[in-house]
Amino acid sequence: MMRRWWLRDIVFLAVVIAVIVGAWWAIAYATVYMPSMQYYNRILVLIGINITLAVSLNIINGHAGQFSLGHAGFMAVGAYSSAYLTFYYFAPYVAKFPENSSQAQLLQNVLLIVAILAGGAFAALAGYVVGLPSLRLRGDYLAIVTLGFGEIIRVLILNIEPIGAARGFSGIPPWSNFFWVFFFCVGTVIISRRMVNSSVGRAFLAVREDEIAAESMGVDTTRYKVKAFVIGSALAGMAGGLFAHYTPAYLNPTMFTFIKSFEVVVMIVLGGLGSITGSIIGAIVITILPEALRSVKEIMPGGRDPRMVIYSILLIVLMLTRPQGLLGRRELWSFLPKRKDRIPTESRDDGDSNDKLNRDAAPPVT
Amino acid sequence: MASDALLQAQSVTIRFGGLTAVSDFNLTIQPHELLGLIGPNGAGKTTIFNMLTGVYKPTEGEITIGGTSTRAMKPYQITSLGVARTFQNIRLFKDLTVLENVKIGGHIHYKYSGTSAVLHTNRFHEAEEEAEVEALKLLDIFELRGRADYLAKNLPYGDQRRLEIARALAARPKLLLLDEPAAGLNTGETLRLMEKIHEIRDRFKVAVLLIEHNMELVMGICERIVVLNFGKTIAEGTPEAIRANTKVIEAYLGEPAGAETA
Repeated sequence: MMRRWWLRDIVFLAVVIAVIVGAWWAIAYATVYMPSMQYYNRILVLIGINITLAVSLNIINGHAGQFSLGHAGFMAVGAYSSAYLTFYYFAPYVAKFPENSSQAQLLQNVLLIVAILAGGAFAALAGYVVGLPSLRLRGDYLAIVTLGFGEIIRVLILNIEPIGAARGFSGIPPWSNFFWVFFFCVGTVIISRRMVNSSVGRAFLAVREDEIAAESMGVDTTRYKVKAFVIGSALAGMAGGLFAHYTPAYLNPTMFTFIKSFEVVVMIVLGGLGSITGSIIGAIVITILPEALRSVKEIMPGGRDPRMVIYSILLIVLMLTRPQGLLGRRELWSFLPKRKDRIPTESRDDGDSNDKLNRDAAPPVT
Repeated sequence: MASDALLQAQSVTIRFGGLTAVSDFNLTIQPHELLGLIGPNGAGKTTIFNMLTGVYKPTEGEITIGGTSTRAMKPYQITSLGVARTFQNIRLFKDLTVLENVKIGGHIHYKYSGTSAVLHTNRFHEAEEEAEVEALKLLDIFELRGRADYLAKNLPYGDQRRLEIARALAARPKLLLLDEPAAGLNTGETLRLMEKIHEIRDRFKVAVLLIEHNMELVMGICERIVVLNFGKTIAEGTPEAIRANTKVIEAYLGEPAGAETA
């Protein structure tokens, strides 16, 4: 039976685009009357980029269970390679057209997509290279290798003169905007969600849960581990490309230290490893928190900045009270009241409660 | 004779350092056969399972499945040859639901590219529907359907054992390897399990090789039994023959007092 499988998706995509464009225009309109919107707009874009990063890392860490600490490295590969393309090849080409003409506008957007996809492809290649050692290493050892990889990338960039080396890469065309950031952000979420609900995603989960059992069920564990790395790093590379082209369109190797990698890890751990909505919430919280705490500085004596202290305390409190993250492994909608027509889900456990207790008590018969 | 055999192990030996865990082991499994593998603890039964499924590589000897040598194969490739197993210490995907566990069991049959997963193509819908239907069918057989949405770790022990068998059957094997399926079950559960094993053998047309310490179960359902001690086959035959075999009795109960002093 042939179904027009693409019809619903196209309608869905149109709605998504309409919503993003609507939000984008609303913000642009509000900025005219309220110049401070510029600041909120920037925070929103950063949230979009961070959601893309968190959701992509969640594929590697949360779904496939491979602990990676090199996400800033993948992001840097995507950011620098796409910026290199636009700065040296695309921007001079667009400059041939009269400024702000419709041709230049169109070309600029098309070339931005090309550059970002190319950045994603380079990052995917890097992910493949890092994925290969993960065939042999597990847990902490893999984390160390990926951490080292991130640093290698940073040191490499620090020494490549055409992309600015330690001075940083300035003069990148600022082509990225609210629309593209959220377009890729929504795309990443959809890819991740559909992936995890497919045979590919189930294979990722099987690898996370028990490699030996997965292998004996016919899952080629090495192949799926590398796959997770490639998909996750490609998406992170695209986030990097969007970041590179967003005003002020400046890149510096210090933006991609392991601290950035940790930040992304904190986002997904905070939201709940393995939960896509959790990663999104984590990304939003971690992006907003330092900004929201900015005002605390004003009431501190001597204008000291206590942001990092409060930020750390909040994280410690959260980890003590909810070590599995805000959502655990569940998605946000699993907290909503359940429909009655499905298989009874009342007793579906979220993996939060004490394992030992659950094993002793037989679940109620449904 | 060898050509129509499902699985053939020829003088298989495995050594871990200086320890010979299994030596010169021979086994032929015919399609649709119910075979028991018994022996005292440490006899090498699970090691044999691990060799048959490719987790360990035999030091010497050859294992062929349906005429194909498994020497250079990884465990997941052997699964596609039609061998599925359960584990002695249950290895379910604990944090996934019962239904997901069974669907992963059928992984080799419902594969499609990541692209069709993301685009939700027809191929995706067909494969997913089939996976769902097949998985629910298996859950029905094992009386687990009502708990399809439970996390595997929250199932009672007996259900976990049955779920593991259901998951293995989802791979549509020709040979099912059961590693102590009755371990930890009470008498009633064991009896039901015996019936179940018989039923699935007939229903799915599989050959079953099972390791078991519960003699009632082994003697009750197996058509042929292989007895292992210290890595060597000491007896092979029908349950009646095994029951009467002096070597087997010695292996389990020790040598007669007279033999020791002599």
